Amino acid sequence: MAEIAIRQVRKSYGRTEVVHGVDLDIGNGEFVVILGPSGCGKSTLLRMIAGLEDITAGEIAIDGARVNEREPRERGCAMVFQNYALYPHMNVADNIGYALKVAGVAKAERARRVAVVAATVGLDGFLDRRPGQLSGGQRQRVAMARAMIREPKVFLFDEPLSNLDAKLRVQMRIEIRRLHRRLATTSVFVTHDQVEAMTLADRMVVMNAGHIEQIGAPAEIYHRPATRFVASFIGMPPMNLLPARATAPGVVALASGARLMLPPGWVMTGGDVEVGIRPEDVLVDAESGDGNRLPFTVEFIEELGAGRLAHGTLEGIDFIVQLPAGASMTAGETHVLTLGSNALHLFDAGTSRRCRFDAASPMAGVMQVPVVGLEHSVQASSA
Amino acid sequence: MENRPHFKTLWLGVLLVLPQLLLVLTFFYWPTGAALFWAFTLEQPWGGGSQFVGLDNFSNIFTDRFYWESVLRSLVFGVGASALAMGIALVLALFCDRQLRGYAYYRTALVWPFAVAAPAAAVAFRYIFAPEAGVFAALNQLYPNLWNPATNGDHAMIMIIIAYSWKYVAYNFIFFLAGLQAIPRSLVEAGAMDGAGVLRRMRDIQLPLLTPTFFFLLVINLTDSFVDSFGIVDITTEGGPSKATTLMVYKIYFDGFKGLDYSGAAAQSIVLMVLVMTLTVVQFRYIERRIHYK
Amino acid sequence: MIERTPVLNIATHAILVVGLLIAFLPMWLVFVAATLTIEQINNPPISLLPGSELIANLTAAWNRAQLGSKMLNSLFVALLVASGKIAIASLTAFAIVFFRFPGRMVVFWMIFVTLMLPLEVRIVPTYAVAANALAPAQAVLEVVGIAWLWQVLTGVKLALEWNLLNSYTGLVLPLVATATGTFLFRQFYMTIPAEIVEAARMDGARPLRFLRDMLIPLSKTNMAALFTIMFIYAWNQYLWPILVTTDRANYGTAVMELKRLIPTSASTGGGTPDWNVAMAGCLIVMLPPLVVVALMQRYFVRGLIGADK
Repeated sequence: MAEIAIRQVRKSYGRTEVVHGVDLDIGNGEFVVILGPSGCGKSTLLRMIAGLEDITAGEIAIDGARVNEREPRERGCAMVFQNYALYPHMNVADNIGYALKVAGVAKAERARRVAVVAATVGLDGFLDRRPGQLSGGQRQRVAMARAMIREPKVFLFDEPLSNLDAKLRVQMRIEIRRLHRRLATTSVFVTHDQVEAMTLADRMVVMNAGHIEQIGAPAEIYHRPATRFVASFIGMPPMNLLPARATAPGVVALASGARLMLPPGWVMTGGDVEVGIRPEDVLVDAESGDGNRLPFTVEFIEELGAGRLAHGTLEGIDFIVQLPAGASMTAGETHVLTLGSNALHLFDAGTSRRCRFDAASPMAGVMQVPVVGLEHSVQASSA
Repeated sequence: MENRPHFKTLWLGVLLVLPQLLLVLTFFYWPTGAALFWAFTLEQPWGGGSQFVGLDNFSNIFTDRFYWESVLRSLVFGVGASALAMGIALVLALFCDRQLRGYAYYRTALVWPFAVAAPAAAVAFRYIFAPEAGVFAALNQLYPNLWNPATNGDHAMIMIIIAYSWKYVAYNFIFFLAGLQAIPRSLVEAGAMDGAGVLRRMRDIQLPLLTPTFFFLLVINLTDSFVDSFGIVDITTEGGPSKATTLMVYKIYFDGFKGLDYSGAAAQSIVLMVLVMTLTVVQFRYIERRIHYK
Repeated sequence: MIERTPVLNIATHAILVVGLLIAFLPMWLVFVAATLTIEQINNPPISLLPGSELIANLTAAWNRAQLGSKMLNSLFVALLVASGKIAIASLTAFAIVFFRFPGRMVVFWMIFVTLMLPLEVRIVPTYAVAANALAPAQAVLEVVGIAWLWQVLTGVKLALEWNLLNSYTGLVLPLVATATGTFLFRQFYMTIPAEIVEAARMDGARPLRFLRDMLIPLSKTNMAALFTIMFIYAWNQYLWPILVTTDRANYGTAVMELKRLIPTSASTGGGTPDWNVAMAGCLIVMLPPLVVVALMQRYFVRGLIGADK
């Protein structure tokens, strides 16, 4: 069990810097998932913790001790690789027990511990097989067992589930979660799969282009994305983002001229913003209710089985709506959407960061403003 | 291969393989067949008819002490040269693959000797090892006749082994390095995470995974030592002193072209062919295994 | 990877430097020898630093072995072998991979088997074929009775003869008649996605057009690789050229001349062996393949690894 402290860590290959000064603290026993698109530097960060990559600048400490110069074996980390990296010439028992063999553990003791760990991951009966004779899921288990047997201070997972088929991935996800419940070992898990990240993480770290965009609990990241990137990266389908311009306190105008009323409390520093709303937060043909009502032209409907998505345009901007059960909508129709005031997210177009929301702002109050393009006025409610 | 989409034009396909087929028939199958024919007949040199003699040619060579000596010498040469060339190359490749500073320069520099013609290397080593001039002559100044491949058969054998192995170090190095780099990087990293140091990883992970490359090269080296040694021998020792370096190919050449004993040379060729083919078949088995590991 | 192994790192460099010595020292000694005078080289221990006679020795070797015409012959043969091999190998592989004709697998195996037996082990009968390359054809005609028919009809005995001794054809053809490159190309063609072939057929591309517009542009790297190794292979040939060439003045190759440069009691007439001139000749003869490798390093390694599988 260990804490990991990452301070201003940078990584360059030659002149190209791929990780630009990352700060991250991982608590004892915590399960942290680093999520990001490919090439964002998440694996590099993980490999720097493991000691597989040099740290160009900054510091990584495990349990308070700087490990920058330590070899991988001196760091107390175990790693599960993306392609499992099982030794093809050793059988399962030897694969799992190799670390003990290197450490000089006696043969009988080694066999005993291998048997225990193998039983934990459900591999008993396979100990004599070669990796080539195992299924993908079984190989995954061997890789896990190999990491577990050393009883490491830290587990590192480098996209370990990405080579499995969808069904097995869900199953292994649950098993990893269950193992972590039991062992409570500090874990860092790298993935590009947001569902995996959401379901596994105590805390999530969203990375993009060598920066950390946001750190937080999965729900917090979903509900309060800190940047435009997080907003668009998390959520399936992605959040709708509408470029707009602040015209008056609490009012922004879209390019079409249509105005959106914002709940008071948003602090806009610049003029240009982006207004975001998740497809599942939009109300369709609502009789009443608070929020901005705008016409939406349907282009096509995507059937997902459990639900449906309507793709179309809203004030000339591509827009996606998740349809509630029973809502009827067909291509070519126009419907009125209600963008609930409290469901809106606001991002500064210049910095791409979420605008501050301050409920105690002096602008709090009720305003009535006609909205262009609609005959009725919209009531913007107080927060 | 069978289910690939293909063109329907029959005659064109045949036409396209025809040049190679004719060449192979003329310069491979016909000579091989002729060797078989001659091996079972008594051939008069430069025409003049032939007479079927069954296995006589074979029993002649198999009862010939000089033939067996050439076989033995070929084995000594083959094993010695393969061990030397592969051993040095393996060590160099393992350490080069650590990719420390200067890696690219080492890699480039260690490859080039393979481009040197074997006869040129032979001339070079004949000079270097010459007892009267050059480098080893200094030894003889201190201790007269300590080194003399011109009269001492063992010295001559050592000389041809070194002269031959020199360029094969480069050849084996290329393959060992390629073999090492075909081992997924993550396996070595997993070894490091499991606590194994550099040398331990070489022993437990890299060397075992290099086994297929090793056996592949062993067969290639042995085969080549049989077939590619002619130039070295002809230039450095001409088979001497007193036949101490008369390897199988050299003996075939000598009996066939100098002794004009076509039948004997053909029988020897057949034996060598069987030997080389056996080795090659073994080699394909190991290639199969290499695929199996992946 | 973080590795704190200072001692091992020094050992690693030491081992690799020894490797460099193995690779370079012999040729350095050759180079030094080529710069010394005949007195210097026969007074051991010899210097390890070059002397001043390089040009003189190079000239002497060049003139003595008539290397001018020999180098041209070698160049001609090496270029012919390399380009002939590329042409034949790519066409054969094209037919084997992209066509279906009866006996295709037989042809495939017939060519495949030739990998097993290098020229050297069947040298005696191959030499006999070179003396009359049409002997196989003659035999076939005799067996099927055409020769007899010809004699009956024309009254002349059919005797096909094509002597390849002392000719470029004789130097080149047997070296081209192997499967090395064919399998390099076959392996490469097999990696070409089936979709491309189908797309080309949908577009109405005829086979030869497909070869010209798709395969040849795609296989440029392979061709360069094969060219490099075949050039070196052909330039460095020794046994075959000394057999097939008796007219050394006109058809001798550079590598054949190496042996002539070695001082023996016969060549020096009992005088002092002039190893300095021999080494100068050795330098000249081995230079062209080294230049090719230096220019085509990447292809050389690639070709070696690909061609021997």
